[in-house]
Amino acid sequence: MDYRIEVEDLNVYFDELHILKDVSLKIRKNMVTALIGPSGCGKSTFIRTLNRMNDLIDTFRMDGTVLLDRENIYDPKVDVVELRKRVGMVFQKPNPFPKSVFDNVAYGLKVHGETDKDVLNEKVEESLKAAALWDEVKEKLDKSAMGLSGGQQQRLCIARTIAVEPEVILMDEPCSALDPISTTKIEDLIHRLKKDYTIIIVTHNMQQATRVSKHTAFFLHGEIIESGPTDRIFIEPCDKRTEDYITGRFG
Amino acid sequence: MSRETDEFLIEKGLFLTAISSVIVIALIIIFIFWEGYPAIVNVGFFNFIFGMDWSPSNGLYGVFPMIIGSLAITGLSLLMAVPLGVFCAIFMAEIAPGKMRKILRPTLQTLSGIPSVVYGFFGLIILVPFMRVQFGGTGFSMLTASLILTVMILPIIVSVSEDAIKSVPSEYKEASLALGATHWQTIKNVIFPAAIPGVITSIILGMGRAIGETLAIIMVAGNVVQIPTSILDPVRALTSNIAIEMGYATGTHYNALFATGIVLIFMILILLVIANYFHYKKKVTVGGGYL
Repeated sequence: MDYRIEVEDLNVYFDELHILKDVSLKIRKNMVTALIGPSGCGKSTFIRTLNRMNDLIDTFRMDGTVLLDRENIYDPKVDVVELRKRVGMVFQKPNPFPKSVFDNVAYGLKVHGETDKDVLNEKVEESLKAAALWDEVKEKLDKSAMGLSGGQQQRLCIARTIAVEPEVILMDEPCSALDPISTTKIEDLIHRLKKDYTIIIVTHNMQQATRVSKHTAFFLHGEIIESGPTDRIFIEPCDKRTEDYITGRFG
Repeated sequence: MSRETDEFLIEKGLFLTAISSVIVIALIIIFIFWEGYPAIVNVGFFNFIFGMDWSPSNGLYGVFPMIIGSLAITGLSLLMAVPLGVFCAIFMAEIAPGKMRKILRPTLQTLSGIPSVVYGFFGLIILVPFMRVQFGGTGFSMLTASLILTVMILPIIVSVSEDAIKSVPSEYKEASLALGATHWQTIKNVIFPAAIPGVITSIILGMGRAIGETLAIIMVAGNVVQIPTSILDPVRALTSNIAIEMGYATGTHYNALFATGIVLIFMILILLVIANYFHYKKKVTVGGGYL
């Protein structure tokens, strides 16, 4: 089986706080992996380690290895800008730029040097279609993205991310700020995207994890308690704590 | 005392304190108009505003060269202070490490606390001789005054712009970096555009200080009533005109100085309206700016 990301013995510290403890996880290509676990267990810190967003925090320290396509992304030779192009991210709160719909999607392409108008137009349309947003916004590409609904904004953020053609998409609770209908749309979208992208999604919603993911990892207090095929984790978890969590006895 | 009377007294008391400051300002403005109006009537509105000669002993009261003087000094200092201040603010908000920021901020705040007479004195002793040696002439010039003003308004522009840049939500920054943009691309394309309304506010405040500044300008601008043909020419600002001549002015001359004050008030009002228009317009396009 081909792995896109291989994490081994990852430890993450913020100052003296030991956030992630000896975390090891292998993530397969073109598949959806769900990360579940109670708040504060380190899921978000984990996915932010995968595109080095934690580098923005002064007190961040880590050891262990994180391999993307067998390359260590924390190697000093690695270009972080290039890495983030390959590992895209969708945030918890929809955060489109205060720019037009078009400029939001074209942004990533422009910062990577694309200036050809025709190419931009084509890629923007393609990305918006892939994010199932095109029909809703094609009449108002030049209007501010701030005027879209929350669900549309989040799909715009996904379109913006896929426009730069990453290999991996990290999603940090992408539906937690959305209503059920928007959530369904995003989940449908995830299903369609998984054949082209490796997706890692953090979620607090157990049903969502079972609906969208093939693989699941359960985090608790900075450790991975259990990981494996989603079906198995939810039907016959090996660990008592996993069972307690997914049946709603704590968390 | 009952609760109702308590409430009544407190509300009325607050109303009085609020209204008293408005009344004081209104009285001052009424007074200035009262004293300035006769001069405008005597000299004629058009002759006063667009008159090229200010010579009270000959009965000539034209403030046009001083309107130009004030605008030119302010404009030139903004031309220098805005880029300098904005880049400094970007550096402090985004690039400077924590320790450096801890030194830079108080230093700038100290700059804004220095009284203008000290700046003027410094300009007179250091800058004027320097300009004389470098560019010839007397050294008293529009450029000298603008340089001093630049230093004076820099702290306002830097600190207000820095606050505006810092209050741009970190979500924008993260989103941009996560797309593989570099730090500078993120600053240029996302953070700074979102902070523009706040930056405009900082420029308005700086402009207000520059156009109202008097003492430091008197000390270094040369105060010759003329329309400058080069930035090395001496000029007189409207504020300087009032301060220089108020000690001995009588009759129409005295009224004309108040009328100069009226012109100054209107000039500041017009500039504020223009600046606020841009501020508002930018805020709308940005979709709710910051500060």
